[in-house]
Amino acid sequence: MHTNSLYQEVILDHNRKPRNYGKLDHANHQAVGHNPLCGDRLDITLQLENDQITDIAFQGESCAICKASASMMTAAVKGKSRLDAETLIHEFRELATGKLDTTHPHHLGRLTVFSGIRDLPTRVKCAILPWHTLHAALNSVASTSTEANHDSAHAVSSKS
Amino acid sequence: MNSATNSLEPEIASNFDAEKIRADFPILKLKIDGKPLVYLDNAASSQMPQQVIDRLVRYQTTQHANINRAVHYLSEVATMEYHNARCKLQQFVNAREDREVIFTSGTTDSINLVMHGYGRKFIKAGDEIILTTLEHHSNIVPWQMLANEKGAKIRVVPVNGKGELEVNEYEKLFNERTKFVGLIHVSNALGTINPIKHMIDFAHQHGVPVLIDGAQAAPHIVIDVQALDCDFYAFSAHKLCGPTGVGILYGKAALLESMQPFKGGGDMIASVTFEETLYNTIPHKFEAGTPPIAAAIGFGAAIDYLTAIGIEPIAAYELSLLNYATECLNDIPGLTIIGTAEEKTAVLSFTLDGIHPHDIGTILNQDGIAIRTGHHCAQPVMQRFNVPATSRASFAFYNKKTEVDALVSGIKNVQKVFL
Repeated sequence: MHTNSLYQEVILDHNRKPRNYGKLDHANHQAVGHNPLCGDRLDITLQLENDQITDIAFQGESCAICKASASMMTAAVKGKSRLDAETLIHEFRELATGKLDTTHPHHLGRLTVFSGIRDLPTRVKCAILPWHTLHAALNSVASTSTEANHDSAHAVSSKS
Repeated sequence: MNSATNSLEPEIASNFDAEKIRADFPILKLKIDGKPLVYLDNAASSQMPQQVIDRLVRYQTTQHANINRAVHYLSEVATMEYHNARCKLQQFVNAREDREVIFTSGTTDSINLVMHGYGRKFIKAGDEIILTTLEHHSNIVPWQMLANEKGAKIRVVPVNGKGELEVNEYEKLFNERTKFVGLIHVSNALGTINPIKHMIDFAHQHGVPVLIDGAQAAPHIVIDVQALDCDFYAFSAHKLCGPTGVGILYGKAALLESMQPFKGGGDMIASVTFEETLYNTIPHKFEAGTPPIAAAIGFGAAIDYLTAIGIEPIAAYELSLLNYATECLNDIPGLTIIGTAEEKTAVLSFTLDGIHPHDIGTILNQDGIAIRTGHHCAQPVMQRFNVPATSRASFAFYNKKTEVDALVSGIKNVQKVFL
């Protein structure tokens, strides 16, 4: 367990000064993500034009890992096509769960600072929640949860 | 804690030999990532002393068989030991009779038993069930399920800013439709000790039975169900240095007899034909199937262990730890203690300005410090105090002041990381 390698300066910086924080007034896609294990909640609003993410914002109450992950995610997917965003979502999930072979080419760039999360199973969901919520927003699922089936477009709402 | 315990506190706390007690708990010798374990998550589950571990080994190596059935030696021994464990629990809560103690899988199972056995039989459409804001989800969700099924209504007792129940509001909730009260003895999220004796008496003046969720109380407060006059009292072994998977429901015999069974199966019957089943007497009516025999016997050993030390000295020592920890944590800038009731067990729930509890928990873990972070299965409490989650340090009688010091320096380290 190497906590220091997780709480790196880049993550602490994005936690202190989150990028793209807030809510888009004219979003055409949005979703709310919940982590019922800790009560965290994240709103994602985005503008999708011709299958391209022209703008994106997030807000919510969450831990540093989740907030930094959301901040870096919005910076990474802004301007990208829906397909490229879905590729990043897939690769990030693989990274966080320790399944990504980083010796092979991938598109995560600086997002690999989250690789240490794989050693903290209880925190993996914190890092993944923004990506899970982005996936839901892109697929027009209004509400999702870390306890929902990752690949289902019919994610359950978490009222429990 | 009553005033009598308070007055004895300094004397007992100073005589209390925590180091000698710690030697009984092999897990406390563990190192986490090279650091000595500082286990402050006792409200979630306490650790097991060697005496209880040894009892489990002895049962499993020399006494195990199924109970209440065969005529052979091992079955006789196992049946007797299981019964002995029930009697130890009867004495521990001062129940009138051993048949008033039902072994369940834990507090949650005990509450569900009352919901199914009592609630589904006696609660009707339009009836009202009183619960409190401090309840653990396990004493909310079963009653919501029942209310939805029957068309009954849940009424909720509010808490004040210190985390104490507003007892005058509780009293105002009673009317002719009130049919049941579910009440947590000690809040798992905040440590508040509720004035249950008064609340039970008040409910009884209205002819309403009361279930007490004692999961957090039994390890720290002497329980006397006859003095309390509660109708049901539930708790789990694993918060009392016993094994997981077992707990008890105490119920007044007449009430238990009036109830319908919860689970159907072997052991809970007197006779079975395909036309009709005659149920067994209590407690067997509520113990369908092979029970957790080993765990129940381990539970009995844990009760022996705790009563040998004494719940009152334990409570007094823990109070001295709580007072010391409260003082130390109050000195940390940016730290807010949530739950400052006059009467508390050794639970400290807190928030740190600008730092999420999960980050606190992960960084403390780096120092070998185990605390709980999250909503503590008490989301209504979190909503009441407008926080998504808290960090919770909960102390047991085997914790020591130097561990409080470790927590304090751990918290300061967390603040440094996020500076």
